[in-house]
Amino acid sequence: MFDVHEMEVNFGPQHPSTHGVLRVILKIDGERIVDAKPIIGYLHRGTEKLFENMSYPMCIPHTDRMDYVASATNNLGFVETVEKLMGITKQIPKRAQLMRVMLSELQRLSSHLLWLATHAIDIGAMTPFFYCFREREQILDLFEEYCGARLTLNCMRIGGMPEDLPPGWLDDVEAFVDKFDAAIDEYESLLTNNRIWKKRTVGIGVISPEEAIDWGITGPPLRGSGVEWDLRRAQPYECYPELQFEIPIGKNGDTYDRYLVRMEEMRQSNWILKQCIPLVKATPAGDIKAKISRVVRPPEGEVYHSIESPKGELGYYIIADGKTQNAYRCHVRPPSFVNLQALPAMAKGHLVSDLVALIGTIDIVLGEVDR
Amino acid sequence: MPEPLMRYLIWPLVKFLVAFLIVQVIVAAMNYIERRLLGLMQARLGPNRVGNEVFEKITPRSLHRFIPGGLLQIIADPIKFILKEDIVPSSSEKVAYFLGPMLPLIPAFLVFCLIPYGPPPTFVVTHVNVGLLLILALTSTGVYGIILGGWASNNKYSLMGGLRSAAQMVSYEVPFGLSIVGVLMLCGSFDLVRIINYQADHIWNLFPQLIAAFIFLVAMNAENNRTPFDLPEAESELVAGYHTEYSAMKFAFFMLAEYSSMIVNCCLMVSLFFGGWTLAINGYGLTTGVLRGWGLAGGILGAVIFISKVMLFMLMYIWFRATFPRFRFDQLMDLGWKWMIPLALANIAVTAVVVLLGLQFNFQGEVVLSIAGAAIIAFTLFLLLRPRAKVIHARRVSEA
Repeated sequence: MFDVHEMEVNFGPQHPSTHGVLRVILKIDGERIVDAKPIIGYLHRGTEKLFENMSYPMCIPHTDRMDYVASATNNLGFVETVEKLMGITKQIPKRAQLMRVMLSELQRLSSHLLWLATHAIDIGAMTPFFYCFREREQILDLFEEYCGARLTLNCMRIGGMPEDLPPGWLDDVEAFVDKFDAAIDEYESLLTNNRIWKKRTVGIGVISPEEAIDWGITGPPLRGSGVEWDLRRAQPYECYPELQFEIPIGKNGDTYDRYLVRMEEMRQSNWILKQCIPLVKATPAGDIKAKISRVVRPPEGEVYHSIESPKGELGYYIIADGKTQNAYRCHVRPPSFVNLQALPAMAKGHLVSDLVALIGTIDIVLGEVDR
Repeated sequence: MPEPLMRYLIWPLVKFLVAFLIVQVIVAAMNYIERRLLGLMQARLGPNRVGNEVFEKITPRSLHRFIPGGLLQIIADPIKFILKEDIVPSSSEKVAYFLGPMLPLIPAFLVFCLIPYGPPPTFVVTHVNVGLLLILALTSTGVYGIILGGWASNNKYSLMGGLRSAAQMVSYEVPFGLSIVGVLMLCGSFDLVRIINYQADHIWNLFPQLIAAFIFLVAMNAENNRTPFDLPEAESELVAGYHTEYSAMKFAFFMLAEYSSMIVNCCLMVSLFFGGWTLAINGYGLTTGVLRGWGLAGGILGAVIFISKVMLFMLMYIWFRATFPRFRFDQLMDLGWKWMIPLALANIAVTAVVVLLGLQFNFQGEVVLSIAGAAIIAFTLFLLLRPRAKVIHARRVSEA
């Protein structure tokens, strides 16, 4: 009846709220999105190909640079996969396991804080951004105290940890976790019951549980849709079975539920950290490495192993030829990449303003999407 | 010099220039104040370095800790704007592109000669008996520059920003204007001086016109494109909205117009609902008569009271900016058309009935309306302070 004039808008790669170099080609009718087509690859570094040409320990720093806001979990995924390939998973000392759990839970906190900060500022709330960075800074300080790096940690080794905890580190963590619950309350006081925040997030980008499973979505977006699936429980690794924590799930699968799920996950991670501190203190100091050969040469075979990274299922698929110290093939299943595929379906029919909320709620890191 | 010339040209011009300069200094200072205050609210510092050395050299050591850091940022910012390269996109519509930043400035500056800053006649530049209408007419032309600028930049984001702001400003003009009607009915005049005197003799219009004051507050935020209504320049969606393609002084002009019209709206708010330069209730306190009795000192005191009230509202803008997320475009329209306008119309109807009944049966309408306003405040406080459910969290598996 009416001649609809669609405008094509290039959203990114240099746009303030695409969280890096995502480019979305939008077809919009007024402000309503008719079609959204994400274009990726601006940050492609050929990481998987690089893995084929260097020995396993040399790969670890490169895993840092995939999801660069959650490098500890990337390290964890890689070293666990290689350990599984070598069959030494059981030999990892308790202390090393707990340290890995602590580092990856701290990393989950810092990743979720960065998500909340950017998600909130995308929706226009400016202040949570600074509050989140205040706490994230303390987490990065803890990382710095442990391994000297703040962002690209390179903090795990095949068979254990590079070094023991520095003296006083556990006390610093304890001081942080004691304060952190109150900090989450502070963020929530700005957002959770805020009318405008609810208007912008409730009912936006609804994914049904079936759709979420069909898309292969994992992590908080999947749990936001009400599917109880957390690899820390479903396929336990390290010493997660010994730790108590709850899996938060949403009901409606909209942006608000995903927000609530992530907020609750932060509380649960904080709880895990609290439990870890006495457990680590109970283990003998210095017992952080399995007794394995310095040369990592896994037997011929292939293995897929995945962990729960802050953004979802982070999997590594490694084929070893048994002769060299290099992987024959290493494939990474990054959660952001898979979750991002749902963006066009989620965005269709919403407004341009919702697109930034959706990009925020999927929580993508382009380093991981493009590898 | 002939007396009429002095009276109708020279004095108004001098007064206008003085008022204009003071306001422009406030605008420049607002930039600094906003950044410092936002810093305070957001656990960071804001600009705290520029000019510290200068002040440390020229002031005695004992005063150093009382001087806020970074004061010369107020001067450094304009210098930076002037010195920056002025980029004109080659595909822009040149004339409209140049007109864009200029047009909003003219009404924003002109309005300052209509606002009474203190007791008349000295502190009122031009005493127009339909001053309020003239101010509304002038401020509503500010949107042309934004539309022109957004369109002429030949950038899709700018165009969307321009369109958004056009729709938003036109929509919110309506509740903005309607919310004033109740005040006009109570005071019986379009003359801001008379409205202020009326408030000093009776009660601040805030109380009998509580709903109108609230609508006015929301609508003036929307008029000025400030958070939570800053959609035209929503940086996370439209990069910078209508001024994406503007740089250097042209961009500064947009900012200048925005802050100037913010001050204008705050002045209107104070004049219409908060008693202007007076601090009096029912004729007691610092009324216009009392202030005029003290001569120039009283006048200056009145102006200081006025500017203090205005600054409080300016700080409110900053407070809002630090607190609220941004509305979505359709939600903004919903709020304007489905809530603000019906509410404003209801307010007009109630006020009209009460005022007419008051005339008929010889009671004071504003007393009745004030009691209603107090009831609304009490009810709102009850809603805010009542014990509420705990913070919502996502269902945990053990609960599900």
